[in-house]
Amino acid sequence: MSAGLSAAASVRRVISRAPLFLRYLFIIALALGIFALILVAAGKDPFKAYADTFAYTFGNVYGFSELIVRMIPLLLTAVAVAFPARIGMINVGGEGQLYMGAWLASGGALALSGFPAWALLPLMTLLGFIGGAVWAAIPGILRAKKVVNETIATLLLNYVAPMIISYFVFGPWRGVESSSYPQSPAFSDGARLPSFFNTRIHVGLLFALVSLLAYWAIVEKTRWGVQMRAIGGNPEAAERLGIPLVLYMVIVMAIGGGVAGLAGMGEVSAIQGRLRQGLSPGYGFTGFLIAWLAGGNPLGILLMTFLFAVITSVGDILQITQGLPYSVVNILMAVILFVVLGRRSVRRASR
Amino acid sequence: MIGVLLRGVLAGSILSGTLLLYATLGEVIVERSGIVNLGLEGILLIGASVAFAIASVTGSAYLGVLAAAAAGGIAMLLFGYLVVGRRANQLATGLAMMFFGMGVSALVGKSFVGGVIAGLPKYRVPWLSYLPWVKGSTLFNWDILVYLAIPVAVLAWWLLFRTRWGLGVRAVGESPTAAFAAGRRPELLQYQALFLGGLLGGVAGAHLSVSLTMTWNEGMTSGRGFIAIALVIFSKWHPLRAIVGAIVFGGAEALQLQLQAQGAQVSPFLLDMLPYILTLAVLIAWGGARRSAAPAGLGRTFYGTE
Amino acid sequence: MIWIESLLPMSTETGTLLIEARGIVKRYATVLANDHVDFALRGGEVHALLGENGAGKSTLSRILYGFTQPDAGEILVAGRLAPLRSPHDARALGIGMVFQNFTLIPALSVLENIALFLTNLPPVVRRGDISRRIRRLAGRFGLSVEPSALVRQLSVGDQQKVEILKLLLADARVLILDEPTKVLAPHEVEELFGVFRTLKNEGYAILFITHKLREVLASADRITVMRQGRIAGTRARGEADESALVSLMFGGQADQIPGSGSADTTGGARAAAHTGAALLELRGAGTRAAGSETALRDIDLAVHEGEIVGVAGVSGNGQKELGDLILGLRSARRGSKILHGEDASRWSIGRVRKSGVAFVPEDPLSMAAVPGMSVRENLALGTGRRYARGVTVDWRLLESTMVGSFRRFGFPVPALHAPIRSLSGGNLQRAVIAREMAHDPRLIIALYPTRGLDVMSAVAVRRLLGAVRDSGTGVLLISEDLEELFEMSDRLLVMYGGAIAGEFARGKWSADVVGHLMTGSGRPDGKAEA
Repeated sequence: MSAGLSAAASVRRVISRAPLFLRYLFIIALALGIFALILVAAGKDPFKAYADTFAYTFGNVYGFSELIVRMIPLLLTAVAVAFPARIGMINVGGEGQLYMGAWLASGGALALSGFPAWALLPLMTLLGFIGGAVWAAIPGILRAKKVVNETIATLLLNYVAPMIISYFVFGPWRGVESSSYPQSPAFSDGARLPSFFNTRIHVGLLFALVSLLAYWAIVEKTRWGVQMRAIGGNPEAAERLGIPLVLYMVIVMAIGGGVAGLAGMGEVSAIQGRLRQGLSPGYGFTGFLIAWLAGGNPLGILLMTFLFAVITSVGDILQITQGLPYSVVNILMAVILFVVLGRRSVRRASR
Repeated sequence: MIGVLLRGVLAGSILSGTLLLYATLGEVIVERSGIVNLGLEGILLIGASVAFAIASVTGSAYLGVLAAAAAGGIAMLLFGYLVVGRRANQLATGLAMMFFGMGVSALVGKSFVGGVIAGLPKYRVPWLSYLPWVKGSTLFNWDILVYLAIPVAVLAWWLLFRTRWGLGVRAVGESPTAAFAAGRRPELLQYQALFLGGLLGGVAGAHLSVSLTMTWNEGMTSGRGFIAIALVIFSKWHPLRAIVGAIVFGGAEALQLQLQAQGAQVSPFLLDMLPYILTLAVLIAWGGARRSAAPAGLGRTFYGTE
Repeated sequence: MIWIESLLPMSTETGTLLIEARGIVKRYATVLANDHVDFALRGGEVHALLGENGAGKSTLSRILYGFTQPDAGEILVAGRLAPLRSPHDARALGIGMVFQNFTLIPALSVLENIALFLTNLPPVVRRGDISRRIRRLAGRFGLSVEPSALVRQLSVGDQQKVEILKLLLADARVLILDEPTKVLAPHEVEELFGVFRTLKNEGYAILFITHKLREVLASADRITVMRQGRIAGTRARGEADESALVSLMFGGQADQIPGSGSADTTGGARAAAHTGAALLELRGAGTRAAGSETALRDIDLAVHEGEIVGVAGVSGNGQKELGDLILGLRSARRGSKILHGEDASRWSIGRVRKSGVAFVPEDPLSMAAVPGMSVRENLALGTGRRYARGVTVDWRLLESTMVGSFRRFGFPVPALHAPIRSLSGGNLQRAVIAREMAHDPRLIIALYPTRGLDVMSAVAVRRLLGAVRDSGTGVLLISEDLEELFEMSDRLLVMYGGAIAGEFARGKWSADVVGHLMTGSGRPDGKAEA
């Protein structure tokens, strides 16, 4: 009996000493196991689902490319969370910022549909960024002025943004083609972000990778990054040393929102080709999870995004082959987070 | 015409407000113990799906409500294990609960989408419901959850403000160290508060699926969980004030429906935004003052370094 | 329902020995807080525990309450050995303590706060009964508060009453109060002493800690003075006067401390005071205070080029608020702040610092450093745009400048890439000083700069402050170390209760007078308080 206890204790010790990579592997495996149990309880075959997913995503080029496509908005929304997190701000509004970026970029696309791509696309990119930036700056200002906590403000605005899209898509921007399914007219060719080869991987991937790189570079290498990390590490000391807290809070939130806005622009320009409802199956929230799990580490964000892209494929597979709603995959995401949260040391102070 | 509109809004606000009230009351109790549950939306979804499923299977909506309450309570115990037992970050855990609720509810409700159930039986209040103006609307013709809503609010108030348990919970929410110094067990009290919150949240979700709409759709709560969280702030963490808040915000929802029914020219989406914008506006207008009404222990987590 | 007074574990006859402490030793890291302390408390007396900060009073009282355990020594309660392992043990024996930071819950009512503390509270709170009980006790002892009032609506004085009522309702017979008058207005102090009188007449024992002489003489039956961890002496009422107590508190003859009595010419002094333009002026400055902060009242203060202005005072009398006001973290509700001749009342912190004002705060780790960053990165903070090179920091220039600064003051140069929290307290203080001094500031505001430093480093810091003063920099030196202040200051101010209680030119002060002002007791010749 005592031998068994000490064996369990030593297993735990080995695991806690194992390199980060292996630890996460263990966590994922554990989560997959728990999820499998839940699926079995629901009368489904998880192993077939896992196998199908593997076959689809790693077994053929197109499947793998779809994985990359999924990663684009996730990388962007993850950076949108990670950047403000460095100064201690919690941006849960990636969803809304994505939508507002999509909205403003769509407005540009529709208004300037005659323009050539080399002029229209950069403009749409800028509009996408601005849309998300403004949507994030509002909660940023509210928090900087100590009026409303940014978590609640961004969450509420998450619900308002899709409604703005819906309003436009049912109203002023309604396309005449299909009256049954509300959507904007299709964008002109000049408004479509190009894709690579025969896949749907689009230029947004560049935005995502550049954003990730810029995030790392700004925070770690620039003088503003030093000040940001000071605010995040000890806001009182930062303030006493003359760092303008309010300015940083608003600008950093705006930049984060802008990056999420780029995700929205990518979705409407490259993937959808028009503005319609339901652009995002929770990219903003998933981005939050990714950033949180990765602890703000850029490489971690990359890996976690890949992982979550695979997980969303599980969701697709479950929907297609096992008749489950896509939303069920949220359970898997939640379980991963539960396992991570549950394993953190009890000594760690809760924020 | 105005009379009909008014009646419609009033009737609608009570119906919509009931679910908001139960959800808000649950969250008030939870936050009074010093914990924020951002995953309330998930709890509502779990409640709604479980209620509908059980009601479909057993034919009894009452059993559905009871099952929903139990499911909500259990889910909150899971939440409690993480935030109290493992001292996990409350915000991240709350969001995880939201995901969890979204997924579990989708799974549970899948087989019952499009199903038809009998729903909670409605009871008419004698002679009040036969008044000329009232007749023809849903006023005074409600299911038991609506009738119980205000009494439950009063009960929640009594529990928090007139019992030793409530005093302990509020003390924990203000200052766990002070509560501990006074000989209470903060963690036990928090678990209890969370469980109670889960029961109420489950009931709230149940009301939506087995009474209001008598259907199940994925994500049918549409962010009401977050409105409830804002309502908690709006009502200064006080169960009785929550009644007012629930009616007002229920009214905003009802107004939108009524205007649409009357053929108003305003886009339904702009009206849909009303509750959220209203919430934000209220928080901006009174946020500062409200914040001082928050349980002090909540401030540490929710408001970070402010 | 009838309330039955519980059987009291201690006798309440006046004069009985209630608590006795023998040979108490308590050491914290390098400090010997209590050095073989013997102490006795009797029923029916008001006993004051007097001493400077760091004298060991708080430590002793916490030991008596079971909040801390002594390293050696024993405590007897009512003649029986009582190992007080926790406040629960102490409360069970009828010992209660009111801390400086009240343990009340501001958002709850008086009644609720007291009820929370009761061990025999029924499941459904009988508010009426408790309310009656509160009123009865309140009336008996002059502690009237409205039971339904929220604690945060009460004045600090009333909150204190609630703390006392809390203890009384929980059947305490010994009340220990830590600096109870610190946060009270004069009339509230009178009220409190009235309460003490009533309580002691009923056999309670009151022990209160303070550094304020006047009050001690007005209210205490017996006074125990502590200094540097030891009991300096115990006097009964009438046996001692202010001067005697000041002697006990600050140690021996007043003229043992340099700078007192006649003018002297120790190393830090200047032969002829020749100062230049005013760098900093505060005119009639006043601030608001929240919670446990101290409000500044009508501060008139100036620091000129080439002078060191010392500010003496017991920490907690407004020094922190003064520093924050000058920094710009806090703004004045009235009066003005002038820096380098310009009205700086609305300047941002960045602007204040850029104008050549350096700050050495009282707690460098939490106020001037970011724990998670490296030493090098911390050194870059607060330097404005000086080391900006495009988008990056010119690390090479920063490092060379900073290392030069360290060397200039003879400080060991720390490993620049190490995380700053690996530095010891002293090294961190040195790093902050080196950083602040690196750009030849025109004005230095230093709060307790040598606190926590070893002797050599403290001397080095003092020497550097003297040197920069000689080269034309102005220094505002806020310190609790009278020796240091006497050695360094060209002018000396004394702060008490958020106001300037006295101002002295070099050579015109004495430890005696300063000691009196620091403790709010005015001048020894009986003149009114400054």
